Amino acid sequence: MMESLIHAASSYAGEIDNVILVIAVLSTFWLVLAEGALFYFVFKYRRSKNPKAEYITGETKQQMKWIHWPHNLVLVCDIVILVFAVRSWYHVKQEMPPIDEEVKVVGHQWAWEFVHAGLDGQLGTDDDVATVDELHLVVDRTYKFKLEAADVLHSFSIPAFRFKQDAVPGRQIVGWFKPTKTGQYDVPCSQMCGIGHGIMGGQVYVHTADEYRQWLEKKSAKSAVISVKGVDQIAMNQGGI
Amino acid sequence: MSTHAHRAAASDHEAHGHHDHHEMSFWEKYVFPLDHKMIGMQYFFTGVAMGVIGALMSYAFRMQMAFPGKAVPLFGLITPEFYNSMVTNHGSIMIFWFAMPVLIAAFGNFLIPLMCGCDDMVFPKINRLSYQIFLLSAIILLVSIFMPGGGFGSAWTSYPPLSSSATYNQTPYGAPMWLLAVALEFVAFLLGGINFITTLMNSRAPGMKMYDIPVVLWMIVIASILFMASVGPLIAGAVMLFFDQTMGTGFFDPARGGDPVLWQHLFWFFGHPEVYVVLLPAMGIVAEVLATFARKKLFGYKTILWTAIATGVLSFVVWAHHQFVAGIDPRMANIFTVTTLLISVPVTEMLFVYIATLYGGSIQLTTPMLFAIAFVAEFLIGGVTGIYLGASGADIYFHDTYFVLAHFHYTFIPIAVIAVFAGVYYWFPKMFGRMMNDFWGKVHFWGTAVPFNGIFLPLFYTGAAGDHRRSFDLLNFPEMNQPALIFARQFATVSLLVMLGFQVIFFINFFYSMFRGRKAGANPWNANTLEWVAPSPPPHGNFAELPNCYRGPYEYSVPGRSSDFWPQNEPAN
Repeated sequence: MMESLIHAASSYAGEIDNVILVIAVLSTFWLVLAEGALFYFVFKYRRSKNPKAEYITGETKQQMKWIHWPHNLVLVCDIVILVFAVRSWYHVKQEMPPIDEEVKVVGHQWAWEFVHAGLDGQLGTDDDVATVDELHLVVDRTYKFKLEAADVLHSFSIPAFRFKQDAVPGRQIVGWFKPTKTGQYDVPCSQMCGIGHGIMGGQVYVHTADEYRQWLEKKSAKSAVISVKGVDQIAMNQGGI
Repeated sequence: MSTHAHRAAASDHEAHGHHDHHEMSFWEKYVFPLDHKMIGMQYFFTGVAMGVIGALMSYAFRMQMAFPGKAVPLFGLITPEFYNSMVTNHGSIMIFWFAMPVLIAAFGNFLIPLMCGCDDMVFPKINRLSYQIFLLSAIILLVSIFMPGGGFGSAWTSYPPLSSSATYNQTPYGAPMWLLAVALEFVAFLLGGINFITTLMNSRAPGMKMYDIPVVLWMIVIASILFMASVGPLIAGAVMLFFDQTMGTGFFDPARGGDPVLWQHLFWFFGHPEVYVVLLPAMGIVAEVLATFARKKLFGYKTILWTAIATGVLSFVVWAHHQFVAGIDPRMANIFTVTTLLISVPVTEMLFVYIATLYGGSIQLTTPMLFAIAFVAEFLIGGVTGIYLGASGADIYFHDTYFVLAHFHYTFIPIAVIAVFAGVYYWFPKMFGRMMNDFWGKVHFWGTAVPFNGIFLPLFYTGAAGDHRRSFDLLNFPEMNQPALIFARQFATVSLLVMLGFQVIFFINFFYSMFRGRKAGANPWNANTLEWVAPSPPPHGNFAELPNCYRGPYEYSVPGRSSDFWPQNEPAN
């Protein structure tokens, strides 16, 4: 159901979509039943057909069961939904599967800063690659993200991954995702962060391993030059090679 | 009995000519009144005026959503600052300056003394003070929109650090003035709530037992208690936030040991009960209208009362479902999912009771009845869509999308618009002594109920497709920039224009009927409750002779009686 609306491009997208489907089926059933009863009664007991109303207190046991049975069944449906909801929540937010790589995400007014681990695959080393508003990932690789905010609250959200987490200043929040489909997806900020909130959105590029390596090498070549040869070299580069 | 003692004192006052020893001047009667009905009217007209302003704001930002970057008639080009300010103030106004004053203060003031059969509120001067503070808060809010830097634009939830620092929000005057206005509004409703609770508990007509109180009064009083119990933490939070904004303290600043998420807890500890603070009075209004026009006793009066109380109690333990992805301990989400799904039980039970009330009735589809039925029909949609958001796993995706927005408008518009219209059409004859035109009422009904669905059904769709809230131009995001989504947004906006257009009919009908409508007798709907015993409109002091109460409020179609209603004040024989 959800896939017809938006890509499902992470390992847990299908699981979240299933929760949504379960809720959709159960709640639509009750909605149709209740609306059906409502409109049927309005139609059947309209004054022109039924000039004299019945006197029903709704307080005898016999009458109360018409309320109590639906209410018990609603409770059962709630429990079913609860099981699906909590299971998927636990999987997405409380578990940390074995990690292939780390990525750092920082929300600024009004752009996303992404720090990729670079060629050595380790975050926090010299060859890290920082980008603005573009996150590059490899398909089928599990990422642990470290989420920070530089100024105000932001929300790191990738709808195609069915993923969302607020970034809070003063904290580093960790979590994970595993992209399963190559492509380009939105990373909108989903928490009001000021005047530029409506333009704060990056893109995530999910590559094959080869594509990613090419991108990384291109990026690393530039940043390696910068880090090794210093400012003069940058000036030379910018002067046009 | 204290009730009798109080009433004796009240009639004693009257005997000494307390009320009518001189003709009241215009100022005494309309500007600084002590009469509960006039204070109710003041709240009503101020609240409706604020509602119109809030609706115009929605026109401004909906036009921007449908036709981004195009000049909007009346408003011109919508800048991001202005967009944020409109969104923020629309939300604040509709909840604090429209829904609460109209549902609780206007109906509460007008109905409580009349329906419990006494001459006025217990503390009329506190009542007047409450309105004056409320008016002041409304003026401060409206002025704040025009201050240098523009109106507050950090969303009605006002999350710090954005809301606490002018460097971040760039509204140096708008932000503190907004907060001051909200805090004053709370003070006004605390004062009003004291009056509602005291009056209903102490000044009921002799013979009116707890289970004889009309449901709408119970609902307003339970809502007042919920409000009073929940607002304290938020007032404390508001003071801290105000200090952060104006004096450079760091309560919510992590760099100085504060915590921005603390505000969210304080806000939602109030903010979620607040949902029920406005829901319950609306449910009450609808209960009165349904019983009267189905000519039926409410199905399970005690069930309604106890489910309302259960809802109220549960509403205090669900707040963190607004914060699943806000950075709280993820284990907390499981607990709050349980409580949130649990609250669906009393609320569905209440709705089932309302539907069951129609069973076997003799239903008159008058204008107020149409609105009451529409309330149940539409609120059901708002209710079931809440489950998607209360279920933690699904909320990861839906949080802060248009799906949320569509969901709570499907609860709030039935509450603050549809139920309010049901109440206005129902009690208008009592308020002004004249009937509203039924034909134009029905035209207004269809022109409200149909386009309302036209606005928000498409937004469920765009939200499920990923449209996120509070963004002034979704075309900046490639996945949101699709023809089907653009069409849905435009459809919603056009529906809004149609719905707003039809409200003109309501206002013409309202003001025309106020002066020229057909005269209404004391009890035009053949209803049971005590307000229909008083003349229409009731004079200062309400009743020619204070009524006694002999039975519950919903004794319609009692077997063996020739008439299908049995007023509460009519002695058994």
